[in-house]
Parts: sequence; C-alpha cells; structure tokens
Amino acid sequence: MTFNQTQSGSEKRWKWSAGLLSGVILFPLLALAWIAMSPVGDIWGHLLSTVLPGSFATTILLMAGVGIITIAIGVLTAWLVTMCDFPGRRYLDWALLIPLAVPTYIVAFAYVEVFDYTGPVQSLIRWLFGFQSARDYWFPEIRSLGGAIFVMSMVLYPYVYLTTRASFLIQSASLLDVSRTLGATPVSLFFRVALPLSRPAIAIGASLALMECLNDIGAVTFFGVRTLTFSVYDIWLNRSSLAAASQLSLAMLLMVFALLWLERQGRKRQKFHSTAAAKHKTPLRFELSTGWGITALVACLVPIVLGFVVPALLLADQASRRLEDIFSETFVTTVKNTLALASVASVVTVAVSVILAYALRLRPGNKLRSAVRFASVGYAVPGTVLAIGILIPLATLDNFISSQTKAWLGFGTGLLLSGSGVGIIYAYVIRFLAVSYGQIESGLGKISPHLDMAARTLGRTETKTLLQIHLPILKPVLLSALLLTFVDCMKELPATILLRPFNFETLATTVFSAASREAFGEAALPSLAIVLVGLLPVIFLARTSASTFRTKTSNRKGPTAAAVSA
Amino acid sequence: MRSTARAVSGLFMLAAAASASAPALADGEVNIYSYRQPFLIQPLLDAFTQETGVKANVIFADKGLGERIAAEGENSPADVLLTVDIGRLDGAKQLGITQPVVSDVVNGNIPAQFRDPEGHWVGLTNRARIIYASKDRVQQDTITYEELADPKWRGKICTRSGQHVYTIGLIASMIAQHGEAKTEEWLAGVRDNLAHKPTGNDRAQVKSIFAGECDIAIGNTYYMGKMETNDKEPEQKEWAKSVRILFPNAEDRGTHVNIAGIVLAKHAPNKDNAVKLIEFLSSGNAQHIYAETNFEYPVTPGVEVSERVKSWGELKPDTVSLAEVAKHRKTASELVDKVGFDNGPSS
Repeated sequence: MTFNQTQSGSEKRWKWSAGLLSGVILFPLLALAWIAMSPVGDIWGHLLSTVLPGSFATTILLMAGVGIITIAIGVLTAWLVTMCDFPGRRYLDWALLIPLAVPTYIVAFAYVEVFDYTGPVQSLIRWLFGFQSARDYWFPEIRSLGGAIFVMSMVLYPYVYLTTRASFLIQSASLLDVSRTLGATPVSLFFRVALPLSRPAIAIGASLALMECLNDIGAVTFFGVRTLTFSVYDIWLNRSSLAAASQLSLAMLLMVFALLWLERQGRKRQKFHSTAAAKHKTPLRFELSTGWGITALVACLVPIVLGFVVPALLLADQASRRLEDIFSETFVTTVKNTLALASVASVVTVAVSVILAYALRLRPGNKLRSAVRFASVGYAVPGTVLAIGILIPLATLDNFISSQTKAWLGFGTGLLLSGSGVGIIYAYVIRFLAVSYGQIESGLGKISPHLDMAARTLGRTETKTLLQIHLPILKPVLLSALLLTFVDCMKELPATILLRPFNFETLATTVFSAASREAFGEAALPSLAIVLVGLLPVIFLARTSASTFRTKTSNRKGPTAAAVSA
Repeated sequence: MRSTARAVSGLFMLAAAASASAPALADGEVNIYSYRQPFLIQPLLDAFTQETGVKANVIFADKGLGERIAAEGENSPADVLLTVDIGRLDGAKQLGITQPVVSDVVNGNIPAQFRDPEGHWVGLTNRARIIYASKDRVQQDTITYEELADPKWRGKICTRSGQHVYTIGLIASMIAQHGEAKTEEWLAGVRDNLAHKPTGNDRAQVKSIFAGECDIAIGNTYYMGKMETNDKEPEQKEWAKSVRILFPNAEDRGTHVNIAGIVLAKHAPNKDNAVKLIEFLSSGNAQHIYAETNFEYPVTPGVEVSERVKSWGELKPDTVSLAEVAKHRKTASELVDKVGFDNGPSS
C-alpha cells in the first residue's frame, strides 16, 4: 500500500506494535535456537548413518499422502456444497467441518479398534471365511504409514475445506456467472476459473494440515511410523540431548519455510483482489440431476463418516459404560477450564493476526514481513519442544521480576507468568497463529486497496478504516479463523500438559492421562466431550458465516442454472 | 475501542480465574511434578494427607518436567519429581535439579541398590520386564533374554518400540551383561524374529498373542494385573487368559527390573514436607498400597507382593546396579537405530 508517501504517526504505531508482537511471538523460537547452540557431541554422524534418512523419507511420504488426500477431499467437497444443489447440502455445509473437532490420536486409536484382529472388520472376515487365526489370511495393517496417512487425512481435510469454501464463497459471483455465460461447463468452470482463483486459500488450508501432520507425535507413535518428529523426541529423551532435538526441530522449520516459499513463488505474479466491494452474491448453484445429486451427497458423507461417525460411535460405546463420570465435579471444572482457555486464546490469536496482517498492509516492509512469517510457523514445531522454548523466556522474566522486587521491596514475587493460564495462552497464540493469520492475511488481500484509498480520502484514520471498513467485510473470515483456532486450542495437548498449574486439567489432558495409562475406555468420555463442545461453535459459526455471505437477492435460481445442469 | 479493551481484559480475568489454582507455597503443602499418572499415585497421596495433614498438589506430564524445573530455577514451586525408569531418575540428577535426600528413615527402608549412592534419587517400586507366552503355542516353562535371538522364534515375537524407555532399559542391561558388540548381534537377532514391526503398547502385544499373530511378547508384569482386573473392558480379561508369564533368566542372573522413583528438587520450597513424603512412600504402608493397587513389586524388604502378583510366579531380580544400567542407555538407543529394530524383520 504505497499511496500514502509519508508515514503518519498512527501508521508508525501500527508498524511498531506489529514489530513488538512478532518479537514476543518469536521469543520461544529464539530460545530454541539458543538451546540448539550448545554442543551436541557426535550425535549427528550416528543419526545420519542410521535412522534420519528413513525418518526424512517417511515424513515426506506422510506429508505427500496427507497433502494429496486432504486437498482432494477438501476442495471437492467445498466445491460441491458451494456450487451445487443437492439433497442435504445445507447440513453438509457445516457437517463437513466436524471431523476437525476429533483429536488425531483418538481417531488413530479408534481405527486400530475397528481394523485390528479383534475388531469388527476382521472378526466378520474370519466368520465369513472360517479362518482360525491371524496367520490364515492377509489383512492390511492399520498401524503403518498408510494407516497414518488415512487417519490424519480424515481429521485434517477440514482445514482445506474451510479455507477453500470461504474462497469459493467470496469469489465474485459475477466472475463465475460471466464464465458461465461464456459457456463454461461445471467441470471447466471448476478447473479453469474457480480452482486457480482459490489457489492461495487451498495452499493455506493444506499447509495447516501439513504442519499439523508434521508435528504430530501421538498418532505416529501409536502406529509405529518413524517421522522426524518421532526422532526429535527420541533424541531428546533417549539421547538426553535437548540441543540436538532443537536443532532437528529448527531444521524441520526450514523445510516448512521451503515449502511455503515454493508455493508463494509459484503464484508470485498473481494478485487476487475481488472487484466487488462489500456484498458477495452467492453464485448460482448448479442443480444436479438425481443421480449426480446422490453421488455428490455420498461423496460428502464419506469423509464425515470416516472422520467423525466411526470414531464417535466407538467413543460413545465406551463412554456409555462410564456415564456416571459426567456428573463428577472434576469433569465440570475440566470443561470450564477448557472453554475458558480456548475462548481467551482464540480471541487473542485472531486479534494478534489482525494487527500483524493490517500493519503489513499499511507498510509492507520486508523486515516486518519476514518477522511475521517466522512468527507464524510455531505450529510446525513439535509441541513439547516448543513448550520448553516458551518456558525459558517466561521463567527468565519471572525470575528477573522476582529478584527485582526482592532487591527493592524486600519480597520476591515467585513465578507470575510461567505455570499460570497466561503461559498456556501464550503457547496457544504461538502455536495457532498460523491457523488464523493465513486466513486473515489472504482475506485482507482480497479487499481492493481502492477501498482504503476511498476511506482515507473521506477522512478515516488507519484504525477507523480497519474497524469500520475492513473488519465488517472480513467477518466471515474472522469467524472461520476464530472457529479453527478455538477447536485447535481445545485439542492442544503438549503445551497444555507441560505448562499447566498444579491440579489443573483440561479435556485434552484428561484424555491424555487416560490414554497414557493404556486405558482408552476412560479416555472416551472426555474425548467425546471435546468433540461435542467443538461441535457447537462449528455449527454456530458455519451457519453464521454462510449467512453473512448471502444477500437476500442471491437465492435466485435462474433458468441458466437449470439449463446448465440439464 | 474502549469496549473492546474491556472485553479483552475481561477475558484475561476469566483466564486468570481458570488458572486460579496458583502455585501453592503455603505451609502444609507439598508440590509434586509427576511423570507417573495421577490415578497411580492418588491413593498414596490421599493416605499421605490423611496421615500427615499435608496437602499434595500435582502436575502430571509425560515429558519435559525436568526441563521445566530447570527453567523455573530457584523460584520453582516443585518439591519433588516422581518418575518411572532409572534413565529419567539419573537424567534429573544430570540436569542439576536435584538435592540429596538426607533421611535415616529412607535409608533404613530402601536397600542401597535402589538408591543413588549420593542420595539424588530414591527407588520406590520395582517392575520386571518379562515374557508373555501363549498358553496354547508355547510349551517351555523357562526362557532367557538371550534366547529371544534364537531362530526358532522366527516370526513369533511381538514388542513395542525399541526406543521406548522400557525397551531401552532392557537393552542397556544386556549391554551391562554382554558388552556392546554382542548386544548388537543379539538385538539384530531379535529383530529378525519379530512377527511385525514394533507398534502399540505392552497390552497391545498381549492382544497380538491372543490374536495368534505372535507366540511371545516382551512386557512389564503389572499390565497382566491391569488386564485381569479390567471390568470396564472385559475383553482384556480374555487377552490375559491367553497368556502366562515367564520370568526370563530365572536360572542365572535373574530378570531385568527397572524402578519407579522420586527425586527431591534442588530449590524445594517445602523441603520438610517433601522429605516427609519420601519417607512415607518408602514406608511399609505405602509400599503395600503400591503392591495391591498397581501390581508392582515393593522395594522395601519384608513387604509382601499382592496375591495376584504372587500367582504369576516368583521374581528373581537381576542384581546388576541400576546406576550401571543407566550408563548404557544412550548406547542402547543408538543400537536400536543401528540395527533398524523399529523397522521390523528385514525380510
């Protein structure tokens, strides 16, 4: 945005607050870099000659598999529910998001139960063919790389779905309508117009899914899939080298940067501004014939069934054996803790994202841009390693304050921030900044700079322009960012577990302590609670965000649509 | 703008309220950082509170607590760190977050082999790494760890990941016994005998025997008790019924045992209560609770194992010092990578 040649005072304030914020967010990564500088001895030679090449290959395969499947499912279903009319579409619109609320390691566990020797599938096979033991027949092993790809894709595709769907909705209806008048069929409209236009959104959704699959430790350990993250923990815990573990974590971050950079290079010369200003008309939907309508319905149901219904049924079965736990006082406190942390953290995260993205829009400086980019990849760092990175600056600050008060006032304050809710919220903001920042940045990017110019000419300050013009336009994007961050905070485990105060439980930590003593049955109720609590904002926000896109006039079903689908 | 600010500050207060169980530094409390699950230690802590009136606060995590104590430094609220595995006890000492436990009561209760020579860690219970054998398909009544590399077991062994602390402990004890080169050969032999690549936890291995995927599995004893008494998942009782426990090397050096134990934090704010807790946990009373509820082996001489544990046979523990085993952990972890143990059988 260079229409304003001299920096105003308020513009400077934006720049400085964004710089400060990204600094605060970068601190833990710097702490890790500092740890990584301690000597690690001869650890790398050994690792490089043994497991690292394999872990690297496994990680690449896992990411490739999850990337391809999440993009395929996410984009296809997003296209179907935004651009086609078929039975059940309105419910699928939000139902497709539900699997996001299920923690990955819970789904992993559920599928082992389903496909394992004693599970229903193999029992049925044995019963049908009269086999006696596992040695009598071949059955694909769920605890494998393929199994991990399947399980992760089923819970991570909603990232791609949500961002792509928002992009399809926000795409100027007139652009799609014009393409249609020019004779585009549904298929060519999808491949030649909508898909290229949505590329940034797909990239954001896919990179979130990939970062999450990169830092996962629960499911990969359970499935015996040796990824780089597995090696990070292995190096730290079994080789007692946090330094080497930090080095590997940072190397993984470079990998993420390389990916993001490649993607950005690929669309460097493209700009994606929407020409229409505030109101987006829903594009005409293709009315599908009965056969195609049912096909579309099934296509959308499959991921929901696999990512949610199957695991949820299993959880419900286990939870029903322990229903009395719901009424326990601890369970209620746990739910409250979870909600309080997740709501505060998601609001803070979205606010920070808006400040960072808007400051960059005002003064697109390279230094600030790199700082912000660095700041938003905390997501890719293995959770516990990042948590240690967070502990160090927090505890150092605490100890500094305490020693100062001791020197000047005669009493120490002890630890104020570390070991409190503040520490956990700080961790959430760092971990999930990527989740909301990407969406908000791309949402802001879609707003034409002409709007800023007009607003400024009419006497609005930068801040007023943001509050009165941009934020209202961005409402659907803000809501979806809020939703994703909220659900992610609710599921977050490694940082919560390590940074929490005494006698403090969230739903995720309860799930974990049950799972860690190999008592998955007891994990069922809190897992189900995560899913159900996660469901409410999913439904609420998905409905609101869909309705904010729609204007009264948009529900037209013109003859064109009927003609195209016929 | 002002209303936004108010909303944000309101949310912060909400968060503060949510975390109101602030670090407890008052008298009459003891702060526990624990790698052991709350349900395992809760009965013991309840008994402790009842006996002494000291309230116990707990943070449970599976990793990173040592690093947390280190980062918190002299203001750390932690009094003690509870953990399984000798490697972690020794690791805490190496991190410099411990101080020696000076207590005649503890020294009287716990035999020297289960304590750090300088008193930086104290063992509280024993767990034996044993062999689960199929009742139908395994005839022999004795077994050795060395034998697991014998080709007669080809395709018949199940185990969890080689990088799991329990497996690392076992391999480290093999290194202590046979040296690195022989252990590497042995580990490669075991790898080739695996039925499939190492996944899942100890219970899952027993389930695999039940399923007929393998004949023997490596695991800790107490899982047997947990499966046998699992009323909520009765199917696990069936798994347990399909196996019996063989204590390896019962006829020579004895079975590999690992300990769960405790360290006293260097800057423990409630040091007196912390020592009181450690003394309590080493007492016959607490050791009995361990034995009855968690099916572990008491370390205090004279405390009986539970009836159920007794029914599995007699444990003869390997007498090698645990401090010696801890020294070989890093090499053990390297060997696991070197032979590609976690990739499963090479064919």
